[in-house]
Amino acid sequence: MHTFHDFITSFWRESLKTFKIMSRNKMGLFGFIMTLLIILISFIGPLLWPPETSANVAQINKGSSPEHWLGTDFQGQDNLRKIINGGRDIVTIALVTGVLSMLIAVVVGSFSAFIGGRVDSILMEFVNIWLTIPKFPLLAVLATVLALKDVVMLSVLMALLDWPALARQVRSQVLSLKSREYIEAATMLDLGTPRIVFRELLPNMMSFIAISTIFEMTHAIYQQTGLVFLGIVPYSSANWGVMISAAERRGVLFNPQAAWSILAPMAAIVLFQLALVSFARSLDEVFNPRLRTGV
Amino acid sequence: MSEPLITLEHVTRTFTVKGQTIKAVDDVNLTIPQGEMLCLVGESGCGKTTTGKMIAGLLPTSAGRILYHGKDIATIAGNDRKAYRLGVQMVHQDPYASLNPTQTIYDILAAPLQHHGFTRGEYETKRRICHLLEIVDLTPPDDFLEKYPHQLSGGQRQRVSVARALTVLPTFIVADEAVSMVDVSIRISLLNMFARLKDEMGVGVLLITHDLALAKYFAWEGRIGVMYLGRLVEIGPARQVVEHPQHPYTQVLLSAIPEADPDATRAKPRVALRSTDMPSLLRLPTGCTFHPRCPVFAGEVCENIVPPLEKANWGSEAACHLVHANES
Repeated sequence: MHTFHDFITSFWRESLKTFKIMSRNKMGLFGFIMTLLIILISFIGPLLWPPETSANVAQINKGSSPEHWLGTDFQGQDNLRKIINGGRDIVTIALVTGVLSMLIAVVVGSFSAFIGGRVDSILMEFVNIWLTIPKFPLLAVLATVLALKDVVMLSVLMALLDWPALARQVRSQVLSLKSREYIEAATMLDLGTPRIVFRELLPNMMSFIAISTIFEMTHAIYQQTGLVFLGIVPYSSANWGVMISAAERRGVLFNPQAAWSILAPMAAIVLFQLALVSFARSLDEVFNPRLRTGV
Repeated sequence: MSEPLITLEHVTRTFTVKGQTIKAVDDVNLTIPQGEMLCLVGESGCGKTTTGKMIAGLLPTSAGRILYHGKDIATIAGNDRKAYRLGVQMVHQDPYASLNPTQTIYDILAAPLQHHGFTRGEYETKRRICHLLEIVDLTPPDDFLEKYPHQLSGGQRQRVSVARALTVLPTFIVADEAVSMVDVSIRISLLNMFARLKDEMGVGVLLITHDLALAKYFAWEGRIGVMYLGRLVEIGPARQVVEHPQHPYTQVLLSAIPEADPDATRAKPRVALRSTDMPSLLRLPTGCTFHPRCPVFAGEVCENIVPPLEKANWGSEAACHLVHANES
């Protein structure tokens, strides 16, 4: 029991320390809080404000008003409520694609760098060829052929398409790090491979990994939005991409009155992206002690 | 003389670069007794760092053997392997690259201590770390524990590197140009620190340097080995090598060291080289590799036959056809 208590206290201490470092960068703190808020609202919001089920013909394409802060859409439904209900898909796509593609990239990239020789050449040649294929058209074709039903499947598909570029970057990072003198020193001190990988190598790559993951997340959001906009990914669920697509189909582009219906989901996407990117900035400071000022 | 700690037997190391083979270290024989201060000097590219890395086990040899307490380090196993792995440590040249930037000084020093069970618990580890920091003159130690490497100066980092090597109680430290990148004012105190390690902990040190003046200061009680294009051309007690250099290459090197007094420098007899160009490692000269530049070049024998390292005068050994021991 004693060790469990120790673990909890040290966990708290570390979290507090991390938060302190993060709060030094105002932009980063904003990003962190915003990201957390968007995730919370996306998952808890729908329970409090479930989606409207019926159209409201009296209120079609209205602008902002005290009752409808972000206006109403072509069915007379409240845009804000739709945005609250449409966040979960976007967040899921961002998390699953970002984390999964980075995970594959880290495993393959470091494997390639450590094994070297022929295995490395073959893997990297594959990646090179892969990089020449235009990814978005391929994704569009695959998504059509596979007739994806839910967002998790779509996220997995995007992750499978996107990992090679990341793997290449991870490989070059590992190649540069593994010959550093402090790694040599750790080898001479016989600290063991797990320790060298997890305590010496990975922490030096963490800021790179975190930031790449976040950029992959933003990339995935744009791809999903694009697919929905093209009408390739099914409409079944309501999310921000679907909202844009639906608004566009209803001729919003030619109807100034309906601008709210397309601007609101766009703003939501931009805000989430902005939050993620600012969050990445403060993560950089957490993982790289050299960037911390005033310690 | 005590039992040799490290023995190099015909050690050779080749590298293949774009299909061409380069001999970085060629047939080096060396015996290092326990607690010796040995200095390897030579120009850049002469194989001194490669030799150091092979002794530290970071590079395998291409031919020949390295023995630690009489056991070949390439095939050593079990407890002997562990004794060797921890017994021989290295301090790198670049103090800015040799410490992990994401760890505090405490983390860096605690890892080997705890991993190998030298200390148990946080209190004991901290006490040992403070003691180590005091040994390397980082006082008061408490000021350094929570610092990151980037918050220290080059000299301080180099001291942390030495402290890290000392965590596992080594018997031998390879210091590869360990003082070359720090301020001149810090060098002497670092060298003195190494000397103290020998006196207090019995740690032998191999200092690799291109600076003969530094070697002279460092190895005053020990030996100096001079390397040229992968071969050990002269080795002997430091004082004798400096005052009575046997090999013509050593003589040239010594004559090129400027003295603090400009008049003395001017008055110093200069030994002129026949050529100032360093031969390419890809096309090593035949015979004695120094012959194209040698001031005392003696024709065919130098061009064709590799001179063996043989006993010369003043307790030194030299690899030169023209140097013979005076039997007196």
